[in-house]
Amino acid sequence: MPGISREEVAHLARLARLELSGEELDHFAGQLGDIIGAVAEVSDVAAEDVPPTSHPLPLTNVMRPDLVRPGLTAQQALSGAPAEEQQRFKVPQILGEE
Amino acid sequence: MADLIKLTAAQTAERIASGETTAVEVAEAHLARIDAVDEKVHAFLHLDREGALAKAREVDAKRERGERLGPLAGVPLALKDIFTTEGVPTTVGSKILEGWIPPYDATVTRKLKEADVVILGKTNMDEFAMGSSTENSAYGPTGNPWDLTRIPGGSGGGSSAALASYQAPLAIGTDTGGSIRQPAAVTGTVGVKPTYGGVSRYGMVAFSSSLDQGGPCARTVLDAALLHSVMAGHDELDSTSIDQPVPDVVAAARQGDVRGLRVGVVREFAGEGYQAGVMQRVDEGVELLRELGAEIVEVSCPSFTKALAAYYLIAPSECSSNLARFDAMRYGLRVGDDGSHSAEEVTSLTREAGFGDEVKRRVMLGTYALSSGYYDAYYGSAQKVRTLITRDFERAFGQVDVLVSPTTPTTAFPIGERADDPMAMYLADLCTIPSNLAGNAAMSVPCGLAPEDGLPVGLQIVAPAMADDRLYRVGTAVEAAYQARWGHPLLEEAPSL
Repeated sequence: MPGISREEVAHLARLARLELSGEELDHFAGQLGDIIGAVAEVSDVAAEDVPPTSHPLPLTNVMRPDLVRPGLTAQQALSGAPAEEQQRFKVPQILGEE
Repeated sequence: MADLIKLTAAQTAERIASGETTAVEVAEAHLARIDAVDEKVHAFLHLDREGALAKAREVDAKRERGERLGPLAGVPLALKDIFTTEGVPTTVGSKILEGWIPPYDATVTRKLKEADVVILGKTNMDEFAMGSSTENSAYGPTGNPWDLTRIPGGSGGGSSAALASYQAPLAIGTDTGGSIRQPAAVTGTVGVKPTYGGVSRYGMVAFSSSLDQGGPCARTVLDAALLHSVMAGHDELDSTSIDQPVPDVVAAARQGDVRGLRVGVVREFAGEGYQAGVMQRVDEGVELLRELGAEIVEVSCPSFTKALAAYYLIAPSECSSNLARFDAMRYGLRVGDDGSHSAEEVTSLTREAGFGDEVKRRVMLGTYALSSGYYDAYYGSAQKVRTLITRDFERAFGQVDVLVSPTTPTTAFPIGERADDPMAMYLADLCTIPSNLAGNAAMSVPCGLAPEDGLPVGLQIVAPAMADDRLYRVGTAVEAAYQARWGHPLLEEAPSL
């Protein structure tokens, strides 16, 4: 059974943008290991010649007429913003970091 | 007043249309019921009294003006808190959206409003619809009206509990792996997962986009059909919405004749893990269908045994991508924005504070399954299993018109029993998941109480994609035969609250 280490959980948490506590790392390592061990059985039946299914409907490039229609106003779009300035979403610093 | 809350949606609409009662009286009776029992049940996260009464007054005014009313005009409904509602909070059961007021309506919400349905409020759910018990809600669990110490199913436990406790005659749920059908089964109500693409997902907060499907919940099969026909249909705002006419589910629900229908019993849905009383009631349901004139055939779907494993790779993979939008920048919670943290740190701090354990588990599981080195073995293999399951269904539907099975392997379990054992919790979706993976249509209809614990059992009916009408045909036949046998609807046996 493929286990999953505390370090692997920490790596996954970083990729998933989750600032987990040390206690959570231990807790999730055990649980994720159990789940991954249980779901690994999918590879038992996944033969080379079986095509994958990503979606129940065989749809590609669904189009609709390109018409001008009313959308959200700037005020509506910003109505849930944690912070705003000059009709824009105000975010913490994104440049000039290491 | 007590009388009004026990009516079916069809009866309620008729009485309002005929002037025997008013939409305002109906809305007030339900709001009074909510005030009386919901402290105990906790079905609702948010009530919209003013909106409900305003809509009810509008319906009454329309009638007074002599305007024609729709088939559900004035009927109260409990809406799962996953559909956006303009001006009314939408939390998806998560702290990350606490206090968020959407600036727009989901297509389902818009269609309900256009049909003059009275939306009472928003119902409790497992956070982001991830769960089978509603215990994963950030706002506390919901009790099962049959026994408040037990789970009402999940993720749509608020909707099923609202129906079973007569707080609303109609509700709406979403079904990604069984979140409409399993709650229906354990509360003695009716729940339908329409064909994938049958109901618009626009404004329905995304969990796993290739599986998520909104659908109707009700106390009777006909009520579910009436709601189905109001909420379904093509929507150009959802590119996966099917551009075909909605099957005539209302006509099918009024017909309810199964003579000559070929019904398949899935051999793989039995055995270890299935409660004896559940199997007994389901076997009796199959026998009932035979008595009603259906032809019973045993079918085998060997790949269904791998469905749970495939689902718990596919759904987490899609959710890890979908939930990336909760980055604390444009809406919802923001934590740590004190000038000392970068945007990326604020995102991580916010998601840590705003997501519950199950959401974190699934986001990490999906991140793992999609990561390089593991992709082929996990996500890739799961997609192949999805093909095998679809083929099993195709083979089965070559032999039979519908499939039947238990909806869920056990009756409602006690709150807390599986809360810290994710794998045990996932087993509740064993029988419902294959239909999500294949995208076909499925219903849960009550088939009695398990002898050992006196709790409701659900019979699952599955039909091919876009043959949703068959569910209603079979569901109505089963419902009518049971009521003739019992002399009353199953919910009459629930303890009064």
